[in-house]
Amino acid sequence: MNKLSKNTKKINILLDGKEVEAQEGENIVELAKRHGIDIPVLCYYEGMGECLGTCRVCTIRWKRHHVSACTLKAEEGMDLTIETEDLKDLRKALIELLFVEGNHFCPSCEKSGDCDLQHLGLKLEMTVPRFHYRFNNRSINFDADKILFEHNRCILCKRCTHKFEDDNGERVFAFKGKGSNLSVEMNIERANGLSEELVDQVVELCPVGAILKKGKGFDRPIGKRKYDE
Amino acid sequence: MTNKKSVATISLAGCFGCHMSFCDIDERFVDLVELVEIHKSPLTDIKGFEKRVDIGLIEGGVCNDENVEVLKSFRENCDILISLGECAIMGGLPALRNNIPLKDCLEEAYLRVPTTPHSQNIIPHHEDIPKILDKVYPCHEVVKIDYFIPGCPPSADSIWIALEALIKGKEPQLAGVMSYD
Ligand code: SF4
Ligand code: SF4
Repeated sequence: MNKLSKNTKKINILLDGKEVEAQEGENIVELAKRHGIDIPVLCYYEGMGECLGTCRVCTIRWKRHHVSACTLKAEEGMDLTIETEDLKDLRKALIELLFVEGNHFCPSCEKSGDCDLQHLGLKLEMTVPRFHYRFNNRSINFDADKILFEHNRCILCKRCTHKFEDDNGERVFAFKGKGSNLSVEMNIERANGLSEELVDQVVELCPVGAILKKGKGFDRPIGKRKYDE
Repeated sequence: MTNKKSVATISLAGCFGCHMSFCDIDERFVDLVELVEIHKSPLTDIKGFEKRVDIGLIEGGVCNDENVEVLKSFRENCDILISLGECAIMGGLPALRNNIPLKDCLEEAYLRVPTTPHSQNIIPHHEDIPKILDKVYPCHEVVKIDYFIPGCPPSADSIWIALEALIKGKEPQLAGVMSYD
């Protein structure tokens, strides 16, 4: 839940030209949702605390700049543009970039139907990315006992590196490399020490099919998955 | 007959699943044959283009030189060309080989495979056998494609909705019926 404190100052801001009441410092994604505007999000999830702002899929316009709504906090007099055709297309382009940068073979992916990236592609009506498929050479890490790490599908959202710890409060995943060589490294010893519950948690936390539980595979038929209608 | 639209279909590097899904439009075939005549297609076994066609449906990506040739002939002979399914759109499962050097793929498939009899472990090559390309290419990287129907295979509903719209000269609206798997 987006917590709105009683003590927070009430302010007025403009969402697509319409004046709405907000609380000072309120998260813009949640504020927009409260007023019936659905800003697409990928790295963001409700109740996550400090936002990551990595995927930029929630891009909106403020003072003629493109900003990520998830990291923006409500201020008096803000005038935000959200649902224009050009912004919708920009958000779609960001999703398309993620599809061509990784190797997303949805028909053979265990996360298909439960995947936030796939769901957004369909929601934003992507039939084909406008960019060339790169078919980047990425690997799969089978070294851990309970977790399989599929680099082909990782979108480098930082959820696992910044929002997940083992029972000792230690991070299990970290970023390695720079630029196009950036990838997530898994600490095998710590990954092997995770309880079944924590493994389930991190698999659920990953928005795509990059962190998978070994031995689980496809456990529900089409029609019974998270985003199936 | 004369004012009916014409449709041609082909499977390149695909599994015929998209064609099977096309057949899943079931009783709507009765409506379809009122609206179109199916010309060159594995469904009719008509081999060549004898006339210009309104709509061409391409299943499968481009994995060999014959696929390139066939795809180009579809582009030349069809007013509207549609990539049907994930393989046509992005290479699909055959494109899983795109990160493996072609030499390794061929050696694994024909030389190192345990089921090849020892005396026959050769990589097949003959002028009549299409030459395999270095990678599997999405169709729109080879010719201009006008519309895309995603899915593996695309649902019968999405194929029907797209076809019906295009036959009637409208833009296909696939929101809510398409999938990537
Ligand atoms: S991670 Fe999501 S988008 Fe990528 S292949 Fe799997 S289902 Fe498709
Ligand atoms: S593994 Fe998953 S959670 Fe971690 S950065 Fe990649 S996509 Fe995000």
